Amino acid sequence: MRITTTVNGESRQVDDVWPGESLLYVLRERMGLPGSKNACEQGECGSCTVYLDNVPVCACLVAAGQAQDRDITTVEGLADGEDLHPVQQCFVEAGAVQCGFCTPGLIVAAHDLLAREPQPSDPEIREALAGNLCRCTGYEKILDAVRLAADRMATT
Amino acid sequence: MDFLQPRSWAEALEAKAAHPGAVPIAGGTDVMVELNFDKHRPEALLDLNRVDDLAQWWTEDGRVRLGAGVSYSRVIDELGDTLPGLAMASRTVGSPQIRNRGTVGGNLGAASPAGDAHPALLAAEASVEVASTRGTRSIPIAEFYTGVKRNALEPDELVAAIWVTPPSGPQQFSKIGTRNAMVISVAAFGLALHPDRRTVGTGIGSAAPTPRRAPDAESFLAGELDWDGRRELADSVAREFGERVRAAASPIDDVRGTAAYRLHSLSVMARRALAWAWHDYQRAA
Ligand SMILES: Cc1cc2nc3c(=O)[nH]c(=O)nc-3n(C[C@H](O)[C@H](O)[C@H](O)COP(=O)(O)OP(=O)(O)OC[C@H]3O[C@@H](n4cnc5c(N)ncnc54)[C@H](O)[C@@H]3O)c2cc1C
Ligand code: FES
Ligand code: FES
Repeated sequence: MRITTTVNGESRQVDDVWPGESLLYVLRERMGLPGSKNACEQGECGSCTVYLDNVPVCACLVAAGQAQDRDITTVEGLADGEDLHPVQQCFVEAGAVQCGFCTPGLIVAAHDLLAREPQPSDPEIREALAGNLCRCTGYEKILDAVRLAADRMATT
Repeated sequence: MDFLQPRSWAEALEAKAAHPGAVPIAGGTDVMVELNFDKHRPEALLDLNRVDDLAQWWTEDGRVRLGAGVSYSRVIDELGDTLPGLAMASRTVGSPQIRNRGTVGGNLGAASPAGDAHPALLAAEASVEVASTRGTRSIPIAEFYTGVKRNALEPDELVAAIWVTPPSGPQQFSKIGTRNAMVISVAAFGLALHPDRRTVGTGIGSAAPTPRRAPDAESFLAGELDWDGRRELADSVAREFGERVRAAASPIDDVRGTAAYRLHSLSVMARRALAWAWHDYQRAA
């Protein structure tokens, strides 16, 4: 089937999509957007998190056909040209990235949290990131990054 | 494999009648896992995301009609006060991403004994509105679950909505698992006190082939509670209630826990849920 969606503000069309494949597969393999990662394909790890009509979801659990005519933002869509989004910049500065596999999903989840709640408490940060697994960092640096991003976004 | 994408409820029912083997997909949080792991190749997917009616809820004749396609996140944000038991259960589901997509209708469609909506819906004595091109019928929630991951839907039927009466008394939900987030319950318990009718509702999750009530525990407790005076709850009553809830379960050993642990945790959760609910009831006086 043919799928037409808006991805990161651009209208995209792909053909010969198998209806049962996931939005994640379409993004990575058919649209050449490998930012969203594929780790579990069962909703457990959050590394495939994207916005679907402004709501963070696991792209691995959205059927390709369900994305028809929808608005999708991936981690690739958050930076402003060469300028990283403050959430991305703060992940770099806080040392919240080791192997980096979980990072795109965490960035989208943290981006959504700070859009809804500009000054989150620690429990709110933990709750918002509960669907994202990281096997490297132990999470402390990730929490630092989100706090740093909240402060920076408040002052800019 | 076909991808059917009805734009209205009438079209959805026609599609299901024409393709009884089509698998409905709402949030996809159960269906896509199966597809990704190639466990199942249905002849068609029937996407319900474009059916606007399914994603609505409203109040009619004093009852909430919750469209099958309303997500957990929306239940939490929009119905926390109106359907407290279901909202509490919804908060424990998966993760934010799963709650954003997963629906109560999908929980009913999957009919897993571990589904978190079930204990809350059982305790609240909800009913399920199901429909086909042949017509609409209402199924009391306790009759909806017919076996392990089986429900009362005919092949041409879809879940339209869940009807729940907003509570006249406190509701509680309790779930036990290995951690706080992203966890399938080892056992779960829902409780609703109905002071208007002087009855008690219960729901047991993950501790029998289907979600089920504990009728004997319900009638025992309804007879023991001091509905008017709201006096302190006797320890012996809470304990006996827990024992009777436990007696209603018939769990198995599996990877998530043993039957013995499930039984024990149920009696503890029932006792605690009752203490919390009774405390709420006393405070509301
Ligand atoms: C990582 C992860 C964590 C999870 N954690 C939990 C948890 O903590 N608690 C819990 O209860 N569940 C959990 N689940 C399971 C799942 O999220 C829930 O069962 C959810 O309610 C399914 O809703 P859905 O809309 O995504 O269903 P879908 O996957 O779209 O559908 C589920 C089933 O229902 C059928 N169906 C859907 N809508 C209808 C309808 N209107 N009429 C008839 N049939 C229909 C489908 O055909 C399918 O059989 C988890 C899943 C994942 C992937
Ligand atoms: S790949 Fe989607 S949640 Fe893990
Ligand atoms: S940095 Fe390696 S998984 Fe998070």
